[in-house]
Amino acid sequence: MSATATSERPPVDREHWLFLLREMLRIRRFEEKAAEMYSLGKIHGFLHLYIGEEATGVGAMQAFAPGDAIVATYREHGQALVRGIPARVLMAEMFGKATGCSRGHGGSMHFFDASRRFYGGYAIVGGGLPIAVGLALADKMQNRSNLTACYFGDGAVAEGEFHESLNLAALWKLPVVFLCENNLYAMGTALEHHQAQTNISAKAGAYGLPSNAVDGMDVLAVEAAAKQAAESVRTGNGPFLLELRTYRFRAHSMSDPDLYRPKGEIEEWRKRDPIALFEARLQQLGLLSPADLAKLEADVGAEIDDAVRFAEESPWEPADKLLDNVYGPAKP
Amino acid sequence: MTKLTYREAVRAALRKALRDDPRVFLMGEDVGGYGGAFAVSHGLLKEFGPERIRDTPLSESAFVGAGIGAALGGMRPIVEIMTVNFSLLAMDQIVNNAAALRHMSGGQFNVPMVVRVATGGGRQMAAQHSHSLEVWYAHIPGIKVLTPATVPDAYGMLLAALQESDPVFIFEHATLYPLEGELDEAAAEQMDISRAAVVRPGSDVTLITYGGTLGKTIQAADQLREMGIQAEVLDLRTLRPLDARTILTSVAKTHRAVIVDEAWRSGSFAAEISARIMEDAFDSLDAPVARVCSAEVPMPYAKHLEAAALPQTDEIVRAAQEMVPHHG
Repeated sequence: MSATATSERPPVDREHWLFLLREMLRIRRFEEKAAEMYSLGKIHGFLHLYIGEEATGVGAMQAFAPGDAIVATYREHGQALVRGIPARVLMAEMFGKATGCSRGHGGSMHFFDASRRFYGGYAIVGGGLPIAVGLALADKMQNRSNLTACYFGDGAVAEGEFHESLNLAALWKLPVVFLCENNLYAMGTALEHHQAQTNISAKAGAYGLPSNAVDGMDVLAVEAAAKQAAESVRTGNGPFLLELRTYRFRAHSMSDPDLYRPKGEIEEWRKRDPIALFEARLQQLGLLSPADLAKLEADVGAEIDDAVRFAEESPWEPADKLLDNVYGPAKP
Repeated sequence: MTKLTYREAVRAALRKALRDDPRVFLMGEDVGGYGGAFAVSHGLLKEFGPERIRDTPLSESAFVGAGIGAALGGMRPIVEIMTVNFSLLAMDQIVNNAAALRHMSGGQFNVPMVVRVATGGGRQMAAQHSHSLEVWYAHIPGIKVLTPATVPDAYGMLLAALQESDPVFIFEHATLYPLEGELDEAAAEQMDISRAAVVRPGSDVTLITYGGTLGKTIQAADQLREMGIQAEVLDLRTLRPLDARTILTSVAKTHRAVIVDEAWRSGSFAAEISARIMEDAFDSLDAPVARVCSAEVPMPYAKHLEAAALPQTDEIVRAAQEMVPHHG
């Protein structure tokens, strides 16, 4: 259709592509607002922003169905938003309000939503992987055709739980898509300083599962690769490891002075900003006018403003409910 | 009434659970082809097949975490950790995930998983296979900790644990597996796991214990009786949530307490019991609470050294004698 579309590219789908752009913008603006709210003292604790990594969260999620399970990390705002948890519920959670997705018990690092099979928000690096294996085991043992999508970062690859989980999932041929969002830093330690083998997708070979690595700044490439990975898993081939090569533009968390990245590196990566790249591409193809973009930004801005207003106006969980939900009733 | 061993009682409970509920499955190291390191699951692979009796790699963190995930996904996993020492490799999954998930998700998720763990010393297994770390687990809100010390409890507590909606850890002291006892299955299937048991009634001193030291504590009570001291023996059975009422009621009657705990004294569960008695029954005490615990040393191999490290019957007798007037 277009001269610039390569053969690997899916055919132009304006509506869907504008949707992808919108989702990335929602994450970007949500995260910017979260940083602002943190500075204003509305959000506390750790806050790990996803800015720069939007294409991985948005692109990969397109491969997963409502029945699939999602397991994420402490940097999970993007996946939560794309999965459909309303921005206002997420913002309220970070404000610590009773209307938050975890009733204010979880905060930024522990988003949960049972209705969307969003199984959290795990703040111990690598800790979500075994849970993803178990969710997939439960689906398989109950003859359900769902898969489990398990997000983690390059830092998790150094954890024993990564290796144990890939082996176990491959051994039992479980339907897990392992998604490594490789942003090149395990907190402040560069990939080449924490991995002897920096090609993360190559590690899948040790456990006999198929893998792929893709440019995580290109939302269409991520979407295509994730759909391919999900398809492989759905056809009963066992788990798949997909490495999404990306970069975070902000520090590890709000308390990180970001002293460890070489000067100029961030600026180099900013030239490959996944949102700017995709906007340029859409404009080039004549699919996005300045007016379209302004409308998109206005819609997203209104959603984020509403999220803050909702979080601000929401009630606190009464302190007398402190001990609720430590244990439940017997006889499930 | 059936006469059987503790090992056979656990196996009978596993078999009943597997038969009654298709969501139940057993996984762990060597639970299948090998029949379980302590032969607890012997024969179950043949009866239930490899889907439900799952041998795992030596990946404690992954298979305990997979148990959590499977429980979240609607199954009722029973995870066997061969010995408590290996459970340390799964601590992240246990503490950060299993125990916390219900609360940190605002009550949306729960983890109905049962973890069986062989525990304790007394078999010359030396420093890395003899721990009593029940207190570490009993420290954590969000999980329950059971310590069956009898044949009926070995059977009934496992079945009761499967009715819970939260993670339950069952510590099976390895010296108990050959213990013989009488089992009334129907009665055991109705048992209340929330209460400590008064195993021997008495009026002069309360001997409080759980798990592997129950036998020694009963022996001590028998010896004390011959000396004219009526010792009441409490088997705590469940460490978390703790049945403090039964302890306090007994101490209010006897005014004296000796706590017998195979763990190291410092920071032991005995320390917790002692504190509870001090907080809530201080005025009924006629003597300071005494503790008989293991020596604070990594468990030695040689038989006489191990015996010297572990709590022994004569120490329990002596501790009780010293606090009861006109005796000893």
